[in-house]
Amino acid sequence: MNPSPIGGLIETALVAVIVAAILCALVRVARGPTLPDRVVALDLMTVLGLGLLTVYAMATDEPVFLDIGIVLTLVTFLATIAFAYYLEKSADAELPGDER
Amino acid sequence: MNEIVFGTLMLVGAALMLLAAVGVLRLPDLYTRMHSTTKAASLGVALLLVGAAVHFQDYGVAARALATVTFIFMTSPIAAHLLGRAAYFVGTPLWPGSVRDDLRGHYNRRTHELESVITRPSRRTLLRLPRVRRKPLGGDGRAPRP
Repeated sequence: MNPSPIGGLIETALVAVIVAAILCALVRVARGPTLPDRVVALDLMTVLGLGLLTVYAMATDEPVFLDIGIVLTLVTFLATIAFAYYLEKSADAELPGDER
Repeated sequence: MNEIVFGTLMLVGAALMLLAAVGVLRLPDLYTRMHSTTKAASLGVALLLVGAAVHFQDYGVAARALATVTFIFMTSPIAAHLLGRAAYFVGTPLWPGSVRDDLRGHYNRRTHELESVITRPSRRTLLRLPRVRRKPLGGDGRAPRP
């Protein structure tokens, strides 16, 4: 059993790259001018979290974590679809009468 | 050999994911940012999962990884399409340097119908056409070519 979960050089490099990507997406979440920008960045952050999960599963030799990835992608997809539905309905509701 | 294969796959995948994140940070527009995340991040996580399948060398793990990749490749374009459509209806602005917006003036946002006739703004201002002065018919009976 490896005492540290992230052992080798490849794993360290992968975690560094993915964490840098998550920080970039986090800056866009904080700064995004509109609501869909933030949703796109959050969507990207869950995909990046899935990548981090895969690296963690590989570093600890526990393939069980890949099952969490399936659930995570499903939840992300449903959340994005629900948000798009809500956004479209709200856009329909606040449309003025004579606007085309 | 095995380590070289999965190390290359995972490093390329992580680099693609970083590319997607940098695109989200740097691109000027919601739609361009969405194109960056949808394609680069999907391919990046797919390469990571294939790398994990190569690393574990187990049929069960490989089947789960491939199922996840298939699911991502099937759902990511649908989610991006729905989100882009909703963002267009909300009125998220395009980048000012965008070349064309095919739906502008053709789309009835109330009934969600496409129309072939451009209602407003007018076609001339939309396409930046010059104002054409219509001449009477020439002596040969044909309409003058514009």
